[in-house]
Amino acid sequence: MTTRAPDSEGDRRVTIVVDGRPVEVAAGISVAAALMENGVHAFRRSVTGAARGPLCGMGVCHECRVTIAGIAHRRACLITVSNGMEIVTAEGGAP
Amino acid sequence: MSPARRFDAIVIGAGIVGAACARALARDGCSVLVLEAGCAGGGTTAAGMGHLVVMDDSAEQLALTALSCKLWRELAPTLSSAVEFDACGTIWVAEDSAQMDAVAGKQRVYREHGIEADMLSAAQLAILEPNLRAGLAGGLRVPGDAVVYPPRAALSLLADAMAHGAVLREGCRVDEILDGAVRSGGELFESTAIVNAAGAEAARLTPELPIVPRKGHLAITDRYPGFCRHQLVELGYLTSAHVMTSESVAFNVQPRSTSQVLIGSSRELVGWDNTTNRRVLRQMLDRALHFMPALADVSIVRTWTGFRPATTDKLPLIGLWTSTAGLWIAAGHEGLGITSSLGTARLLADLIAGRTPPIDAAPYSPMRLTHHVRTTS
Amino acid sequence: MSSLGVTIIEADVLVIGGGPAGIAATVRATEASARVVLLDESPQVGGQIWRHRTREGLPASARTWLKRLDASGARIMRETSVVDVRDDGDALTITAERNGVPVIVHARAIVLATGARERFVPFPGWTLPGVIGVGAAQALLKAGLSFAGKRVVIAGSGPLLLPVASSLRAAGAHVLLVAEQASRRQVARFALGLLTRPATLVQAARYRTSFMGTPYRLGEWVSAARGDSSVREVDITNGTSTRVIECDVLCAAVGLVPNVELAQLLGCAISEGAVVTDDGLRTSRAGVYCAGETTGIGGVELAIVEGALAGVSASRRETDARLVARRAALRMTAARMERTFAPRAELRALAKRDTVVCRCEDVTLGAIDPNWSMRKAKLYTRAGMGPCQGRVCGAALEFLYGWPADTVRLPSAPALVSTLTADSSSANQGA
Repeated sequence: MTTRAPDSEGDRRVTIVVDGRPVEVAAGISVAAALMENGVHAFRRSVTGAARGPLCGMGVCHECRVTIAGIAHRRACLITVSNGMEIVTAEGGAP
Repeated sequence: MSPARRFDAIVIGAGIVGAACARALARDGCSVLVLEAGCAGGGTTAAGMGHLVVMDDSAEQLALTALSCKLWRELAPTLSSAVEFDACGTIWVAEDSAQMDAVAGKQRVYREHGIEADMLSAAQLAILEPNLRAGLAGGLRVPGDAVVYPPRAALSLLADAMAHGAVLREGCRVDEILDGAVRSGGELFESTAIVNAAGAEAARLTPELPIVPRKGHLAITDRYPGFCRHQLVELGYLTSAHVMTSESVAFNVQPRSTSQVLIGSSRELVGWDNTTNRRVLRQMLDRALHFMPALADVSIVRTWTGFRPATTDKLPLIGLWTSTAGLWIAAGHEGLGITSSLGTARLLADLIAGRTPPIDAAPYSPMRLTHHVRTTS
Repeated sequence: MSSLGVTIIEADVLVIGGGPAGIAATVRATEASARVVLLDESPQVGGQIWRHRTREGLPASARTWLKRLDASGARIMRETSVVDVRDDGDALTITAERNGVPVIVHARAIVLATGARERFVPFPGWTLPGVIGVGAAQALLKAGLSFAGKRVVIAGSGPLLLPVASSLRAAGAHVLLVAEQASRRQVARFALGLLTRPATLVQAARYRTSFMGTPYRLGEWVSAARGDSSVREVDITNGTSTRVIECDVLCAAVGLVPNVELAQLLGCAISEGAVVTDDGLRTSRAGVYCAGETTGIGGVELAIVEGALAGVSASRRETDARLVARRAALRMTAARMERTFAPRAELRALAKRDTVVCRCEDVTLGAIDPNWSMRKAKLYTRAGMGPCQGRVCGAALEFLYGWPADTVRLPSAPALVSTLTADSSSANQGA
């Protein structure tokens, strides 16, 4: 566990796994930001199959739901990336 | 008061039972008025799970639910997709060998009545429903059971009634049932066939009816495609439903066509208190976890409560109410209103028209319990 | 996850929401109460306006308040979503979820500082990825999304537009247009009134000048967005003529609506979509206080004043008369602002029959009968019954058809079954 305050994240990088693909992103950013940075548009598929991504950015709309660490329907905008975090989007078969 | 208007039949309540009765009567050529205090399908119907299930708590219950499920299967091809009819079937889950013996008995009863029912071994159960916990003894699969989305099912039946000339008035609370008439505010409606199908509220209009509200909680999840494929009910469900204890829970989950999982069930006798009882909700979810541990990491998006119209002998009240001229009852279906609605409507319409119903209607007569009510009240 | 047990906390004052109001309430409550707990959903406190990963970029007042919070001794729990709140008679109790683990807090008093969300008015294409809120752009930027080189159109209403445009520009975005839906006349009338509030005026002007070169157009709004995997172009209209602008991101939202769901669950009186409070920020329910945008949209200055007042009240002290007067003055400005930037009637005509209104359940406008109620829309189409629980489509349908919100159901935010089955007794076993 890090003893550094979040203020001093600096240029630290972490590796997350997006739909099985390792991706290096800045430490301390949200999962939503990390996915968008890496060109993910379809966080989830809507009931009729349309691609959906973040709308509100603050935990209200639930459009950014992805599977994180095996738990489905987590709000990507409220969760900070961590090293080794496994994320599954609609493209990777998340519900 | 404005001059009275006359209809061949007046149905009080546009829940699923009232909707089905209105449809059957309208199809018989009656001019039908449906009076609904709130919105169509917005009471107990909206709060229910929507199972179409054969139940064998008693021979009479089995007869009515079997007839009803058959009628639903016949109707299914004509229903719009919004009704979400899903022939998912039911699996009665047995926890141990004693329950497996009961399952065998249940299968015999079902087969005697021509209802398809297959015994499942523990291994077969695990393959059909991998999210059930290990160590269960097996189950009984009833493939003819189904589920619907109740508010839309009620709307669909009402739409059919209206296509046959029925008139629906929402936001129209009936204040009084008179001999051959009903009064709603300043309006009087006359009919020789008045059907009290007000569900849990039927006893407000006909106070001698032995119907009490039996509260239930439900919870629905986010979407988890394939999480379960059949309606799953623990074998002890019938005990929970049968015994009128003040409080009980039973494992009953249902796959919705939306890939959501609907989780029940609880029963409480607490009058009309509709607030969430956190303790009972917890017990209900704990019971679900006991059978499906994988639910722990499943996200619940909503919970709610509703009131089943319960009778003391667990059978609905269907038939003529002799104390008031022209009054018929179609109420008291407890947790089987969605299932039994079509059978109830068939019986009621046959009785009103003087036809012989497909099953003996005598056991459901609303007069059967009046003696009991008089002596206990 | 259920095996990890439950965290149980006893508090004198529990503050829900770590924006300016919640921070001020927490700081002031700790002056007189021993056990003050602050819960917030985000990885860092600060709310939307003071959202940050590092404090360097924050305004001085935010840094001051955050320092006071650091020194306050309050217990701060981040990434914690409240899913249930109830009055147990002897205490107020909340259930929350933190990284999938249940948290239960018993408190003598609760301060609701749950802030506001953006009002989204549906238009064709608003469900495309890349179409986000205005505050959402700010939130995502601060959460680490790079806007460098991206072509951005901002279309919305109210005082949020300019600061967001300014920060996106500073982050390297090409802000092609800021469209304010309120008319020139309305805004001019409001600006005149601002002369009584010089600080706000100066701030507004500073934002204005910092993005010279970006057109700021009054009386214009977005009427459609198009794209494939994400938004590619948008239609901007003034009601008579429409032009097409190519962009990578569209920020579109029309003002804010208070987050009143927890107050509703507790049975607090609500009026015009905001929680009713007295001078001490007391709600209609004993022990429940409310501060900030949840009592009505009013901005950061008002939120701090209300938070301070609520923190003082919740720790059973005398209300500060000067703060009460200041609150009243700020409320008046806020009310004028709300009138000025109210969504215009033309926005009601943007959604077409096939435009999705409820994004959780993909319910189109055409599937909803305008003669229904919110309850009927829910029952017959499932609009508002998805995971956002009507927080997006509810406000939209209220604007489109004037339908008041339907009752709130538990949980107040989606929660794991393991969270909803947690109780104090299981904690005793687990701990």
